[in-house]
Amino acid sequence: MKVFATYNIKGGVGKTATAVNLGYLAARDGYRVLLWDLDPQGAASYLFRIKPRVKGGGRALIHGTKPIDAAIKGTDFDGLDLLPADFTYRNLDLLLDSAKQPARRLAALLAPLARDYDVVFLDCPPSISLLSESVLHAAALLLVPLIPTTLSVRTLEQLTEFVGTFNGHRPDVLAFFSMIDRRKRLHTQIAAELPGQRPEFAATVIPALSVIEQMSVQRAPVGAFAPRSLAARQYDQLWREARERAGLTG
Amino acid sequence: MASDMREFVLDDAARLGRAVPDALAGSAAWANGGPVRVRRRIWLDTFDWRLYWAGLTLEQAGSRDRTELVLTGRDGGILATELLAAGRAPRWPSLVSQLPAGPVRELVEPVAGVRALCPVVRATSQVTELRALNADAKTVARLAVDRMSVTFPARALLPARLTLIPVRGYSASTDRIGAAMTSASGITTAPGTALEAALAASGLRAGQPPGKGTSVQLSPSMPAATGLRAVLTALLDELEANVPGTIADIDTEFLHDLRVAVRRTRSVVKQCGRALPSGLATEFRPEFRWLGDLTTPTRDLDVYLLAYGRMTAGLVAASPADLSPFRDYLAHSRTLQYRRLAAGLRSARFARLIAGWRAALEGVRPPGKHPTVAQLAAARIGAANRRVLRAGQQISAASPPESLHQLRKGCKELRYLVEMFGSIYDAAERWQAVRELKALQDCLGAFQDAEVQGSEIRGFASQLFATRAVPAETLLAMGEIAAGLAIAQRDARREFDGRFADFASPASQARLAGLALSAAA
Ligand SMILES: Nc1ncnc2c1ncn2[C@@H]1O[C@H](COP(=O)(O)OP(=O)(O)O)[C@@H](O)[C@H]1O
Ligand SMILES: [Mg+2]
Repeated sequence: MKVFATYNIKGGVGKTATAVNLGYLAARDGYRVLLWDLDPQGAASYLFRIKPRVKGGGRALIHGTKPIDAAIKGTDFDGLDLLPADFTYRNLDLLLDSAKQPARRLAALLAPLARDYDVVFLDCPPSISLLSESVLHAAALLLVPLIPTTLSVRTLEQLTEFVGTFNGHRPDVLAFFSMIDRRKRLHTQIAAELPGQRPEFAATVIPALSVIEQMSVQRAPVGAFAPRSLAARQYDQLWREARERAGLTG
Repeated sequence: MASDMREFVLDDAARLGRAVPDALAGSAAWANGGPVRVRRRIWLDTFDWRLYWAGLTLEQAGSRDRTELVLTGRDGGILATELLAAGRAPRWPSLVSQLPAGPVRELVEPVAGVRALCPVVRATSQVTELRALNADAKTVARLAVDRMSVTFPARALLPARLTLIPVRGYSASTDRIGAAMTSASGITTAPGTALEAALAASGLRAGQPPGKGTSVQLSPSMPAATGLRAVLTALLDELEANVPGTIADIDTEFLHDLRVAVRRTRSVVKQCGRALPSGLATEFRPEFRWLGDLTTPTRDLDVYLLAYGRMTAGLVAASPADLSPFRDYLAHSRTLQYRRLAAGLRSARFARLIAGWRAALEGVRPPGKHPTVAQLAAARIGAANRRVLRAGQQISAASPPESLHQLRKGCKELRYLVEMFGSIYDAAERWQAVRELKALQDCLGAFQDAEVQGSEIRGFASQLFATRAVPAETLLAMGEIAAGLAIAQRDARREFDGRFADFASPASQARLAGLALSAAA
């Protein structure tokens, strides 16, 4: 089982869009996929038309009093399941804090799912927190969407440094430019220059596209309602890069 | 993975034109789930339904872009699947060993054994999918609508089959829809699997093996000739049922079962011929003897080839590769013998025998009420038992192997008489009555097999040596096998005295004698 996490301390950068589209593509490749919507806002749950509600809330999941299995919902797509968001996830940090080995808690919770799933996507809320740390410990590959600004490089550096302080498990990082606006000079310039300078950068970029915005109207991954769009093609390429970087075969 | 799918049948085929059948409309809001998918389906089982009886269903399902084998268990849950590479689907019938190595083969192999998998039903399914939606237009259950047309064993169009497939986390919706469908008019719960439905449409039933001579139902007071006619007709049916599979050389069991039917026919005719119209036995006995002899060489070689793996595994000094010229020789001889056998089964002589025998059996009329089946059974079983006792008591340490072979024949006859008349006895008592006989037969069987194979392998060795440039290693390895057979033969011979004493013991004999009483009761 390979765990991917979409990760960035900023909101509104395309984490959820990435998790939903790549999760969909992974399932289409034949993998058994679970997407865990960890954001109390429940954007990913919304996109799959699934109520952001978990019986017993975050507490039951984190403390293991309710099996994760029971909370999982099937999406409308073959091979793709969702563990929905819940309002109580806003307290996940506190809940984790009261658990033993909080940083490893998520990894421990996911371990038994390896029987049922080949791929897990964790869709993280913004912010640095105990939860993010737990995610970093659970994930094999971090997918980091970056808006092309001069600061974005700094963000990436900080993340790599932070991960570098881990002993034992360190997730691999795959950063990519998200929401590139072709009309903005700076965007295209940064997107053209930076990837060559750092090994974490993906070759693929995800431009700002109205089809991606449309997802919240269609409530589906772009591949499902606009399979031939540029957006679908870019996500497809990004998934291929991510899959390769994570060493998934077949 | 257990299946929580529910299956229904749509009675009213006429309304199928609509996207959503009327009978369903009330149970949920339905949306079309995509284009029609066409599946070419082949259900596979052995000739004697071994998978079915083991609770397994094996289907080869092919769509435009993929062909896979799907193995399901008793509850319909999928046990294993195997994707078959394009153009790599076996040509059925095929031995299980021809399947790609994987979980399907692993589960099927021990059940099917030496038997080949044959298509039992061929059909084409047109599957459309409907999705039940909630207020958010989220799919909460799926319904596969399967219109299946069967092309083999007979042509038939089946009523649409509906499979309600739950979506994880929405079982309440599935339950509600399932309940609504159950009470909807025009929809009924499917009485059996798709395979059973397809067979029923062809007038067949799953698991029905071709009639076994032993399972004929007799009654004690029935005139003996009537009973014998029923038994012999069933044996003839079984014999005939195995002819096409033997000629097509599908697997070795066809010939084996054919031989069993011939042997039993000969045994009945020999033991009970006097209860049949005069002349019948004398007319047909030589012909059945010819038939038996026709089948022997091929079967002997089959037995060798089937045991080959075990033989090579048992080698101590030689390596399995040393034996491969021997194996080639066996396979080649088998091909030649099989051709002779197939020609014999296609011959006019064989056709005459079968047709003549059937006509003769149909003409059998009981001369009167007597003897009854019970009387005949008691007399024949008694006589066969006395023959076995007498032959066994004469065997000493100095007796030649031939005397044990003869005794084995007598045991087989006795055993078959008990089985053939079995339906007039109490099942438990019958089982008890043959317990020691079975053990004795096993011992004699081991002795004779080892003895025959031992002398055969010496024959093979000299033929190989005389006619082919065979490496010395091969002959040495064959020598090792001959030694192993000699040991097995010696062990069986040592065991014999005890086994026979058990059979001849008063307790065992009393149980056998008690059988007759259980029929009279
Ligand atoms: N490449 C893109 N082009 C256009 N809109 C996008 C793109 N990526 C995301 N969006 C839109 O931006 C908003 C925030 O994206 P989201 O994936 O939810 O970000 P995050 O999860 O990082 O908060 C959403 O409304 C989404 O539809
Ligand atoms: Mg988000």
